[in-house]
Amino acid sequence: MNLDFTDDQEALRGAVREFFDKESPPEVVRAAEPLGFDAALWRKVVELGLPAIAVPEDRGGGGAGFVELAIAAEFLGRSLAPVPLIEAAVATTLLTSVPGEATPAADAVAGELLATVALHPVTGDVARLVPAGAVADLVVVLRGEELLAVRGPGGPAGAAGAVPNLGAMPVADRRLDTGEVTVLAKGAQAVAAHRRAVRHWELLTGAALLGIASRALELGIDYVLDRRAFGVPIAGFQTVQHRLADNSTAIEGTRLLAYKAAWAHDAGLPSAGTLATMSLLFASETAFKTASDSLHFHGGYGYTLEYDVQLYFRRAKAWPLVAGDRRVAYARLPHRLFDATEA
Amino acid sequence: MDFWESDDLAEHREAARAWVEANVRPEWVDEQRRSGCHQTMELHALLARDGILAAGWPPQYGGGDVDPGFAAAVFDECARLGLHFDGWATTVMVLHTVQHVGTEAQKRQYIPAALRGELLIALGYSEPDSGSDVAAAKTTAVRDGAEWVVNGQKMFTSTAQVCSHVFVLARTAPDAPKHKGLSLFLVPTDAPGFEVQPIHTLGGQVTNATFYTGVRVPDTALIGEADQGWSVMRVALVYERGVSSPTSVERTVADDLAAWAREARRPDGTAVLDDPLVAERIGRIAVEEEVSRLLGRWMNWNAAKGGVPGPEGSMRKLFWSEAGQRHFSEALDILGAEGLLAPEAPGAPAGGMFEHDFRNAVVTTIYGGASEVLRDIIAERHLGLPRSRPSL
Ligand SMILES: Cc1cc2nc3c(=O)[nH]c(=O)nc-3n(C[C@H](O)[C@H](O)[C@H](O)COP(=O)(O)OP(=O)(O)OC[C@H]3O[C@@H](n4cnc5c(N)ncnc54)[C@H](O)[C@@H]3O)c2cc1C
Repeated sequence: MNLDFTDDQEALRGAVREFFDKESPPEVVRAAEPLGFDAALWRKVVELGLPAIAVPEDRGGGGAGFVELAIAAEFLGRSLAPVPLIEAAVATTLLTSVPGEATPAADAVAGELLATVALHPVTGDVARLVPAGAVADLVVVLRGEELLAVRGPGGPAGAAGAVPNLGAMPVADRRLDTGEVTVLAKGAQAVAAHRRAVRHWELLTGAALLGIASRALELGIDYVLDRRAFGVPIAGFQTVQHRLADNSTAIEGTRLLAYKAAWAHDAGLPSAGTLATMSLLFASETAFKTASDSLHFHGGYGYTLEYDVQLYFRRAKAWPLVAGDRRVAYARLPHRLFDATEA
Repeated sequence: MDFWESDDLAEHREAARAWVEANVRPEWVDEQRRSGCHQTMELHALLARDGILAAGWPPQYGGGDVDPGFAAAVFDECARLGLHFDGWATTVMVLHTVQHVGTEAQKRQYIPAALRGELLIALGYSEPDSGSDVAAAKTTAVRDGAEWVVNGQKMFTSTAQVCSHVFVLARTAPDAPKHKGLSLFLVPTDAPGFEVQPIHTLGGQVTNATFYTGVRVPDTALIGEADQGWSVMRVALVYERGVSSPTSVERTVADDLAAWAREARRPDGTAVLDDPLVAERIGRIAVEEEVSRLLGRWMNWNAAKGGVPGPEGSMRKLFWSEAGQRHFSEALDILGAEGLLAPEAPGAPAGGMFEHDFRNAVVTTIYGGASEVLRDIIAERHLGLPRSRPSL
């Protein structure tokens, strides 16, 4: 057991943190609303090679693992960076993992094509509320037992069909009947590849929520140390302190679970998929409670748009919700953990 | 980064199991439950006889050559059976304290005797009027020539009914500020003026009130310097973290509940686990249990690195105890009416352990640092928030 990051990972943490702090301050986040996409920032993220950081080097990627991707996702969450890094990384990993039809994979790895994945299997001709669906050139969709790559209409320039939403996310419905459709895989292989992609999305979104929670806690702490009521800083009131202490404890638990899930993925453990879901579940609870409490401790100012805490509050609720009601995921867990009916 | 949990004690497991097989009587578990005393002296004598208590201690203080890994594995095996060693756990804490702050003569007097199993020490910190605010102790010790005279009462002196000594926190400078007038004494329980009375608890454990009426102890019973008791206590508290082995057997409420719910049937014949109302709650418990475990691993990892202890101990205790209480409460709800059944009841699910653990979980947020005190510590030392308690 070794719970420290490697020197390389520490260096990456420093670099990614610095990058997002500098390139995605709250003004950039606000300016990108309501779409939740900053094309210039996205180009910089692509130039850094982050979306393909976990793709093997012989496929043109960075040759790192999901621990490294989770690090990037954590700091993306921390700064609420308006770029679909998680979706692009997941889709790129998926495209490079299915045999045949190498073209979209190479373009995605090279950053010339922005790809995403529809999290829910599709029955008709529409993939509903696809994360990054408003800005992606290509969407990977599971329909029946076919894994499809659907190109256009859409793309970063188009912001096609973006719908206003709580989390300022570039979600959109994507039609399968007007795009150019390629079959990537069929049968059990298609279903398994899609499920793996969903688990990757859960893993990385869990890490992003860790970042959201950490920053939301800091915003709360900074505010309560500054604000006074009844002649004293509100930071001195025990009910305020204790909620912050609970949240900071949950954040440490979230951190351990997020990186355990990433480590399990990189180590190829059979439990990796379940850990990814567990990480997302706990990170969702933690991020929302933390952001919600920090907003509450801002008093009336927390309800105004002026303070940044509301940016975190909305995303803490919204980001994981794209995957659906978490109580359904909790109810699946005992079967996955103890009956091994599904990874 | 590597979360792989290798079993450090793997090479000792087989030998430890054999030792337990040859020496431990299963009825001791029932005996502990019936008597409420979480320390079995017959077992203690065997652990001493085979050098298991002395494992890892320096030879000049009675340490032996039994491998500490083997000793830990034996404690682990016993704990797995449901045996407690609370008296030995507190003794080890005090021995470490003596090793750190005691005189050479004290080290030679107390440590070898304890390792031979002849000396067992209970903690006498809490009093009728003070627990979390432990430095508010009112028990006094007054110097009289080469002796000290102890007067007062302690509450919750656990395992004192079988201990040879109590590590008593007493006020030696009544006029000094609260934290500056305390001292610690090893008071023999056979001294005239010492008395012990049982206190019965919700979880079945029987702890004690201990009374000190003009109890005389020699100067050599004073551990550390007079009036420096607060810093002596801090040494002892550091070692509280170190006695994790007897409790290292972890709860698996989610697994146990899932195992029950897979077999149990609703009136319509479907498995209880197929009820999403049940499955959802078991799923939630599974996630929180994993978080508890990971916080524990983090604590051990930091301790093993030997760095300055951070907030991990407080965070782990806070999360583990609060989550555990929720889990056992949920477990009884999920079991429905059967959740009421105690271990003695025929046909109780999982042998009534859910009912038993539900009762036991109550105390976990109270002793060893009450949850509110832990939250204070996290808020002040980790988050940099102002102290909320009065300084006096
Ligand atoms: C089964 C059992 C075994 C024990 N064994 C031992 C033993 O062997 N030796 C020993 O010395 N002691 C022992 N104890 C005592 C234990 O350490 C105390 O119960 C514990 O420290 C709490 O103290 P208290 O009971 O006096 O509660 P109090 O300190 O009176 O606390 C009462 C309530 O007030 C809250 N509270 C206290 N301070 C604050 C604060 N600053 N802010 C907000 N809330 C606060 C607490 O969280 C708690 O909920 C044992 C207790 C039990 C129940």
